[in-house]
Amino acid sequence: MLVLAIDTATPAVTAGVVAVEPERVEVLAERVTLDARAHGELLTPHVLEAVGGAGAALTGLGAIVCGVGPGPYTGLRAGMVTAAALGDGLGIPVYPVCSLDAIAAGVTVDEPFLVVTDARRREVYWAAYAADGTRTDGPHVSVPAELDSPLRAVAGHGARQHAAVLGRRLLDHDHPTPHGLATAARDAVLSGAEPEPLTPLYLRRPDAAEPGARKRVTVS
Amino acid sequence: MSRIIMGIESSCDETGVGLVRLAANGTVELLADEVASSVDQHARFGGVVPEVASRAHLEAMVPTVRRAFATAGLSMSAVDAVAVTAGPGLAGALLVGVSAAKAYAAALDVPLYGVNHLAGHIAVDTLQHGPLPEPCLALLVSGGHTQLLRVDDIAGKITEIGSTVDDAAGEAYDKVARLLDLPYPGGPPIDKAAREGDPNAIAFPRGMTGPRDAKFDFSFSGLKTAVARWVEAAQARGEEVPVPDVAASFQEAVADVLTAKAVRAATESGIGTLVISGGVAANSRLSGLAADRCAEAGIELRVPRPRLCTDNGAMIAALGAHVVAAGCAPSPLHLSANPALPVSTVTVS
Ligand SMILES: [Zn+2]
Repeated sequence: MLVLAIDTATPAVTAGVVAVEPERVEVLAERVTLDARAHGELLTPHVLEAVGGAGAALTGLGAIVCGVGPGPYTGLRAGMVTAAALGDGLGIPVYPVCSLDAIAAGVTVDEPFLVVTDARRREVYWAAYAADGTRTDGPHVSVPAELDSPLRAVAGHGARQHAAVLGRRLLDHDHPTPHGLATAARDAVLSGAEPEPLTPLYLRRPDAAEPGARKRVTVS
Repeated sequence: MSRIIMGIESSCDETGVGLVRLAANGTVELLADEVASSVDQHARFGGVVPEVASRAHLEAMVPTVRRAFATAGLSMSAVDAVAVTAGPGLAGALLVGVSAAKAYAAALDVPLYGVNHLAGHIAVDTLQHGPLPEPCLALLVSGGHTQLLRVDDIAGKITEIGSTVDDAAGEAYDKVARLLDLPYPGGPPIDKAAREGDPNAIAFPRGMTGPRDAKFDFSFSGLKTAVARWVEAAQARGEEVPVPDVAASFQEAVADVLTAKAVRAATESGIGTLVISGGVAANSRLSGLAADRCAEAGIELRVPRPRLCTDNGAMIAALGAHVVAAGCAPSPLHLSANPALPVSTVTVS
């Protein structure tokens, strides 16, 4: 089945067309740009370029896989609403994938590891994985110094950014890739099951303060 | 041959999806107008919280699109073009609508038109009152805008001739409502309280009406402060605040300035039609006073019904239809939302 993979939970604007079969996950074409402010502008063009690059058409897609974060919100929403609208317009299912799981799906090590991405405001999103890529803890959001885990190996661009504080062994996987997204969603996609709801992993409440007592304008 | 245009609006706290039919003779007919509002989620904050609004847009977008097609009894494949609010508005909120519109345009393989929200508020009137006489004048009043615009061509040439230098009129309503312990948003409860009050009870100031002030600009910050001072003085004297009189006198000051400047602009430029739109257009005193003054000056007044005046997808679909009919070039799929899109840009190319 031809699957469109989309992720905008990190500074990467990611779109790829992936052939997904029980024994095979093969990326046919992908377009990725690293620009945290260009998700809204570039994603749909990237999707069309990837589909064209794969020698396919949008109408030939069987499913969409979309990273649902955690991620800084504005970019994350651009990807998720694009995936949801494409799925609706094409009449195909959209499968959510935790974006940290998609990074983990690309990692091959023989020990448990962490995936850490940037959450802005000097915080990180993180989750812990078994050596086979199964998530064992998280996702969480915390300041890097308080990341509470005994694991020594870490993937994700947040690990590189905060290497001085995190002090662990860096694994070479920074962003969710179309391959990782499709791999993480393979079982769900191939089962043909109704997708889970496409719910963003914000992990934080909106910043908003209820107004306090009104300030007087009359100076007494 | 008629064409179906889908309009998507997400510039503030309403997720709107509209469907219109553009007939071969240029008339535009409303087929669906679905809105999901997050206004209740903002009430306790006393104003729109951008992050809350953006989250709500993401949740509501596809369900609202589905409702619009169900209401119109159309399948998605009937769509010939997608129009979307490209600005002005809240950056994160606009991004959701623009991203969705791009994806629908790509999925349905139809052209995309990124259009101006303010022009949409004017274009919506054609759904109710038919083709717009051009040139005409438009007064847009809402929680986000207070603008006086000259419309030479709804699909291409709109010029701002005045705007607020501080608060939007609707914002002043929200702030005064809070002062009087009335709920958010402030427009409807103030309008209601004012019906029991005397509009001449308190002489609140008319902003920007001095001889040296810009003729067609507005200011509501001084008025809001004057109301606050008056209320505080009454409280300091231990008096009960006469809410209906304060509401009526405040509302009179707002309606007086808005209509006086709009009618004067029309008269001075020899324009025979005034359109009033935006959330505050539904205000009974504003539309009442505008009707009186326009009649006196021999100006035709057009006020769309309240449902069309507030932010919705129908206005964007209607504007999209006029833009398509005029043969304007579509927007590229690299389209970006522009929170400060000037009204002179009707379609982003
Ligand atoms: Zn508006």
